[in-house]
Amino acid sequence: MAGQNCLVTNEWICGEYLRTRGHELTDATLQHIGITLASVAIGVLVAFPLALLARRWRAAAGPVLGLTTVLYTVPSLAMFSLLVPVFGLSVSVVVTGLVLYSLTVLVRNILAGLASVPEEAREAARGMGYGPLRLLFGVELPLALPALMAGLRIATVSTVSLTTVGAIIGYGGLGNLIYEGMHSYFKAQVLTASVLCVALAIVADLVLLFVQRLLTPWARAGKQAKRRGRGAGGRPVTEGAL
Amino acid sequence: MGVIDRTWTWLTTGSHWSGTDGVWHRLGEHLFLTVVCLAISCALALPVAVLLGHVGRGGALAVNVSNAGRAVPTFAVLVLLLLSPLGTHGSWPTVIALVLFAIPPLLTNAYVGMREVDRDVVEAARGMGMTGRQLIGRVELPLAFPLIATGVRTAAVQVVATTTLAALPGGGGLGRIITAGFRLTDTAQVVSGALLVAVLALLVEGVLVVLERLLDPVRRRARRTAGRAAGGDGPVAPADAVPAVGSAV
Repeated sequence: MAGQNCLVTNEWICGEYLRTRGHELTDATLQHIGITLASVAIGVLVAFPLALLARRWRAAAGPVLGLTTVLYTVPSLAMFSLLVPVFGLSVSVVVTGLVLYSLTVLVRNILAGLASVPEEAREAARGMGYGPLRLLFGVELPLALPALMAGLRIATVSTVSLTTVGAIIGYGGLGNLIYEGMHSYFKAQVLTASVLCVALAIVADLVLLFVQRLLTPWARAGKQAKRRGRGAGGRPVTEGAL
Repeated sequence: MGVIDRTWTWLTTGSHWSGTDGVWHRLGEHLFLTVVCLAISCALALPVAVLLGHVGRGGALAVNVSNAGRAVPTFAVLVLLLLSPLGTHGSWPTVIALVLFAIPPLLTNAYVGMREVDRDVVEAARGMGMTGRQLIGRVELPLAFPLIATGVRTAAVQVVATTTLAALPGGGGLGRIITAGFRLTDTAQVVSGALLVAVLALLVEGVLVVLERLLDPVRRRARRTAGRAAGGDGPVAPADAVPAVGSAV
């Protein structure tokens, strides 16, 4: 009964919209996921060497952290706009902008993770004859994983949310639907796309949390042992304020 | 090269700076919205965070608010508010969105700042017979200042960024220069607007960093008693211990 009507009366929640425009929603969601995945993946690939560089040479740490912080300060609309002359109106603008944003969180967290590796673990590995590369990938990286994954989760959730701004050049995934709906005052479209976008962020966060558990089975064992000792006055912001 | 030249020309053309659509007017709108909304958010979030931090409750709230602030797209909220009944009331949708997105960094950082105050110091102050009010005013707030200030700075940058986005659904501010540029397919104008916005955000960040240094009560005392203590890293608060970053907008 309310079928066709809710499109005509422009209601916020509309089953008919989901039925008739399902493919649009799917396409937009897929574009959103694609942009997010590409940005985060490239972000990690760029952040990792930068973090290693900053750790290796103290002189590089200041500029690397400073530059990524400056990039983070630039508002997204301005960032995308500044990249338009470089790439034209293409998806590269959005991906590059999102990569630059993710660097701040990723570099800091990789550095924090590597710094948290106990010196004893390093010494032990060196004593066992580990070379620098094997030390990094076999000992330091696994021990740095919790901090690294915390950063990855923050970067991913922010990226999902920021992708919407890409709508200004037509590559915003679900943001495109929000942008369109804004001009035509199409409430159902705006609300559905917004809800999907938040859902996407939550799902991405949960998936990464699950991956983190799989990758760090020892952390769970440690947590169970520590459970009793966790008082109220601990540090509540393990993932909040990175 | 062409774009750089044309951007320079756009920025140095006097007519682009005057009038209702001019840079000065848009900059005024931008700063006005930023200051008003930042003040409202501080008035709402800081007392709550300081009290929660003082009594040591609500840590989960502080974390969840900041996570939610990151997951919810600013652009979506701006458009949803525009389409809501509030949308017909001038800049109210923008103001509400700006305040909403400024609250998480303020709340989380102030809360963490209050909680990270050395418990021994708090115990000592209590032992000296300080009341709760004195404890907050004389011990906890001065020691929590660096993180509270970080929260204010993060929120300020966030508000500048959100105000820029508010131009998409027709709000005021420098973002309008960018959106108008896109509509006119005038790349020079888009880039000019973006440069102005970026410079404004960096200036706000820079000014607040300097203010933070000047106002930090612990640093101020350290400076006053500088002479001998200059060598040690004694009482300077760990401003950078928790690199609290909000969400980019």
